[in-house]
Amino acid sequence: MTAHFPALGFILLFPALGFLFNVFLGNRWGRSAVNVIGPGVIFAAFAVAAGAFIRLSSMPSGTVLTVTLWPWIHAGPFSADFALQMDALSALMTLIVTGVGALIHVYSIGYMAHDEDFARFFAYLNLFELSMLILVLANNLPLLFMGWEGVGLCSYLLVSFWYTVPANAYAGRKAFVANRIGDAGFLLGMFTIVSALGAHGIWSLDFSIMHDNVGVIAPTTVTLAAVFLFIGATGKSAQIPLYIWLPDAMAGPTPVSALIHAATMVTAGVYMVARMHFLYILAPSAMELVATIGALTAIFAASIALVQPDIKKVLAYSTISQLGYMFLGVGVGAFASGIFHVMTHAFFKALLFLCAGSVMHALDGEQDMFKMGGLRKKLPITYTTMLIATLAISAIPPFSGFFSKDEILDSAYNSGHEMLWLLGIITAAMTSFYMFRLIFLTFHGDSRVEADKVPHIHESPLVMTIPLMVLAALAVVGGLVGLPEGFLWGNKIGDFLAPSVGEFAPVLHGNFVMLTSASLGLAGLGILLAWYFYLKAPGMPYLIAYQAQSAYDLLLNKYYVDDFYNTMVTRPLFWISTFVLGRFIDSFMIDGFVNGAGLSVETGGQLSRRVETGNVQQYAFVYVLGVLAIVAYYLYLVTH
Amino acid sequence: MMISYSWLMGLSAAIFTIGVAGVLLRRNILVMFMSIELMLNAVNLAFVTLARRMGSMDGQVIVFFVMTVAAAEAAVGLAIIISIFRNRETVNADELNLMKW
Repeated sequence: MTAHFPALGFILLFPALGFLFNVFLGNRWGRSAVNVIGPGVIFAAFAVAAGAFIRLSSMPSGTVLTVTLWPWIHAGPFSADFALQMDALSALMTLIVTGVGALIHVYSIGYMAHDEDFARFFAYLNLFELSMLILVLANNLPLLFMGWEGVGLCSYLLVSFWYTVPANAYAGRKAFVANRIGDAGFLLGMFTIVSALGAHGIWSLDFSIMHDNVGVIAPTTVTLAAVFLFIGATGKSAQIPLYIWLPDAMAGPTPVSALIHAATMVTAGVYMVARMHFLYILAPSAMELVATIGALTAIFAASIALVQPDIKKVLAYSTISQLGYMFLGVGVGAFASGIFHVMTHAFFKALLFLCAGSVMHALDGEQDMFKMGGLRKKLPITYTTMLIATLAISAIPPFSGFFSKDEILDSAYNSGHEMLWLLGIITAAMTSFYMFRLIFLTFHGDSRVEADKVPHIHESPLVMTIPLMVLAALAVVGGLVGLPEGFLWGNKIGDFLAPSVGEFAPVLHGNFVMLTSASLGLAGLGILLAWYFYLKAPGMPYLIAYQAQSAYDLLLNKYYVDDFYNTMVTRPLFWISTFVLGRFIDSFMIDGFVNGAGLSVETGGQLSRRVETGNVQQYAFVYVLGVLAIVAYYLYLVTH
Repeated sequence: MMISYSWLMGLSAAIFTIGVAGVLLRRNILVMFMSIELMLNAVNLAFVTLARRMGSMDGQVIVFFVMTVAAAEAAVGLAIIISIFRNRETVNADELNLMKW
């Protein structure tokens, strides 16, 4: 059932207006205007989204709010309109994108207080919000893709925001290129669906129409389309093998890392898979692939995070790892659990990044955790909120991460993927270890802060700490909407999302208490180890690193994947570009052709000008020859 | 006695050929110029011959035009030659090749 709801357009309108204002008037009207309007438009969008959500909740379950803003693509029989829809899934995502986004916009006021380029920053942030909202509100796949590309563009613009540093510009390019590779997969997936549905006379990529007609497509084609789309998701959501851009994307300002590279954009892949769940359900082998990639990415990235010295890098790998959990969830068919984790992760990971930003703000941009320590007295609010987020991501009850992560792990086990479940709980142990390592190194122990930075250490202003506190509150209670089935009010969010993404159908019924205590026990073990290594016996990590030098180096160098890609892909491509495309095709063939054309005309001229001797008798001679030839021709005509 | 038209035409052709040869082979511009006059008069002879043979006055009229034009041409041409000689102190066609590449 659908209900016309034109106000959805305003959710897009506000960020669009904010973007235009910041681009054209931001610098002229000055910082205070930008500081009001930049975050203000997102709050306005959030208010509309909340209104739409309330409206949606008051309607019968399964209702979809829709509005067609204008006709968009009409090519032959195919058509796609610029049309929005808000079902339960979109509503939840919209609230996350605008709600967490608004808090991060507020935080950015403080974070960018000393940056001259604040207008450009808020312009990009607003444009990002617009793109992300198009992505989650689109009612067809091409429009979703437009938002998908838009967030990729904004990610590029914001990662290389401080573009005068070459490394930042490089990180932006890397993010963009890795995303483009995934986008190619996304496009192929769309083409596959269009051609397969078109063969049956269905020329549309509207989700509702695809949902009703996907059954007519042959199973192998469905699998192909699902895998192609998932390749797109691995690019956007930083999964193996395209995750390499996300750690480098930390070159951007920290609010960007929190908003784009933790809370919203990187979860677009999970959203897309959940949105296309009707397709994935028909392609069990593609689902297996999603779940396996997710679990492998989770443990792979978590193991790298164990040894990284850079506070933002730890959080970046942690994000990749948590995204892996989400894909594990949707891959085993628990779409609602995956989206639930998107939500809780948005709360606690955005909070973690903002706290890290607050720490960096206090330490003049220091990111090396081995140059921190003992900060909990000086940054009490940051410390408290970050500890809450850490408990949440470590899945300690009753913090939010516990409910969502546990739901995913239970679903993985109950769907018969015991191996993936095992990977998941090992990752859970690693997660709590590296997160508490971060906490202990940053806030506990003795101060290792460089002497010249010590006098400046200060708690961030209220404009930054209030968003931290709000997010901390959400990170505490956010999980309560998804309690285990049959416990108090049960899994509210699962019921809410069920009309959009279906319900999880378990094949096993593992003992809930057993499963939960296994993951809880491992999480506790991780905390204990972190405490022992970094507080009780601070020499231990060095000893272990020394004794297992090769393993330590392997992790510290991120499994040499970047080097592998450099050797196998980037360098050969550069070589081909330089020598084959540049030197041979461009310089030799194309330039050769153009220069050759000029040269042949010149040479021809040099040769033919010799005819003009200036000697009048030679001209007369040639003239006579011509006359004779004409006479001979006419004689020939007369005599024959 | 009537001289055959063929003889007259043959004479005309011979004079014309001598004129062409003179223009092509002699290096002195004055001689080349005189050779051109030869060719013109060879043509005049051919005109008169053919006019008479066809019993028409048209060819004879043309001859007067040709003679007029030839006179004008001789005046202009000689003036040019004198001018060239004053400037270059030569009337050798081989040495007058400024109009080349």
